[in-house]
Amino acid sequence: MIEQILMGINGDEAVAYATKQVNPDVVAAYPITPQTIIVERFSEYVADGEVDTEFVAVESEHSALSSCVGASAAGARAFTATAANGLALMWEITYIASGMRLPIVMAVANRALSGPLNIHCDHGDSMGARDSGWIQIYCENNQEVYDACIEAWRIAEHSDVLLPVMVCLDGFSLSHTMENVSTLPDDVVKEFVGERKFITVKGHAGETELRLNPEVPLSMGPVDLQDYYFEHKLQQVEAMRHALNAIPEVDAEYAKISGRKYGLMHPYRMEDADVALLGLGSTMGTVRFVVDELRSDGVKAGLIDLRVYRPFPEKELIETLGDTPVLGVLDKVPIFGSPGGPLNEDVKSTFYEQVDKPLVADYIHGLGGRDASPMLLRGIFEDLIEVQEKGEVTRKVSYIGVRE
Amino acid sequence: MTESKPGWRELPRGAVSTKSSTEYETGDWGIEAPEFDREKCTKCMLCHFFCPEGSIKVREDGYTEVDLRYCKGCGVCAVECPVKCITMVVKK
Repeated sequence: MIEQILMGINGDEAVAYATKQVNPDVVAAYPITPQTIIVERFSEYVADGEVDTEFVAVESEHSALSSCVGASAAGARAFTATAANGLALMWEITYIASGMRLPIVMAVANRALSGPLNIHCDHGDSMGARDSGWIQIYCENNQEVYDACIEAWRIAEHSDVLLPVMVCLDGFSLSHTMENVSTLPDDVVKEFVGERKFITVKGHAGETELRLNPEVPLSMGPVDLQDYYFEHKLQQVEAMRHALNAIPEVDAEYAKISGRKYGLMHPYRMEDADVALLGLGSTMGTVRFVVDELRSDGVKAGLIDLRVYRPFPEKELIETLGDTPVLGVLDKVPIFGSPGGPLNEDVKSTFYEQVDKPLVADYIHGLGGRDASPMLLRGIFEDLIEVQEKGEVTRKVSYIGVRE
Repeated sequence: MTESKPGWRELPRGAVSTKSSTEYETGDWGIEAPEFDREKCTKCMLCHFFCPEGSIKVREDGYTEVDLRYCKGCGVCAVECPVKCITMVVKK
């Protein structure tokens, strides 16, 4: 195993450090809490000559992602980072990046959307972008953040995939919290990410690499009407399907150099679980602690930390859940008029066709940074035990940790 | 959908154009096309400059003519012509 250096860094610093080691050609970003440290640290690396990156100080997030689109189309490795309203301002361009099949990597320090104005964590921002054609990876801790920011390039640029990747880290609880992170030597990261490779396409001027090149001109993403748009969207759908194979493939290769393997989801004590919680991000670290507590009390509790949310790993979720009869879903998003949170809806669609499906209850929690304490999570498990005893779900959606 | 076009498995990824924009003849989008009365025309070329599609060209003799392969029949030329020598007529 390669010797690694243990660093005490917060989540934002983990993003910046991993990205420094990747040394992308272009970083275009606009600072926004709680992502700001990423931009600050990275611009220091640029100023100190530690990277070869062209840093574009843009005037908005819309321009940040637009710059990345241009750079990536020209063949560069392009990186950006944002949060909440910044991601909302990028909205239009997120679809353009994925539609043009540009392997941009973006870190999102998850933060509640305004208004009212709130700077703390929930998943309202990135969940809104869940159908924008980006791969979404949610991190439980800063180690995962560091590793995901390296793996993301290989996933995005995989010849079967060619899609942008969002690495999501919970605002403040990861972005501003210092943790031990094992880091690889620069040359190992450099070798792992290698050089960006291009597929060959047949454009109007003949066969050429999928990037802008004046020698063989190419028009990327021009008007595409009733006669072709549908086909191009289906190609994106197919690319997402391929990502379900590409992600574990890249992950296995990364495990060889780092000793850390993540896969699409991390189950914990699921072998014989009666009640389990499924969720995304840093809350799952606390759930892990609660599961251990419950296990020592004799409760057969388990958890599934979903790392890859888009593409949604249906088959793997069915396999991982196994015979567990009761599943609680942790949604960290306000829902307005929908039958449940987005994760809950994906879970229910996944199991609808199954004969032996689990009882599923949705728990909306942690909005605007509201703490999901061990006590609160324990309460959810108690609710799930009650569901198991009754054999039915009486409340499909519960709001946990809110004052009446 | 009677015309045979490549399916999604066959099309190049990245939504790149398989043909040049000059081969994408948008003239059939329109219903009308300009007709020029060269008796009245003063060769001012305003129609050439105003045409949003660049489909009105200036000839050697100074008169303008429309390229019907790209003219969408918007009629901007007819509105802008200072001597009203352009009439919009239904394409044949």
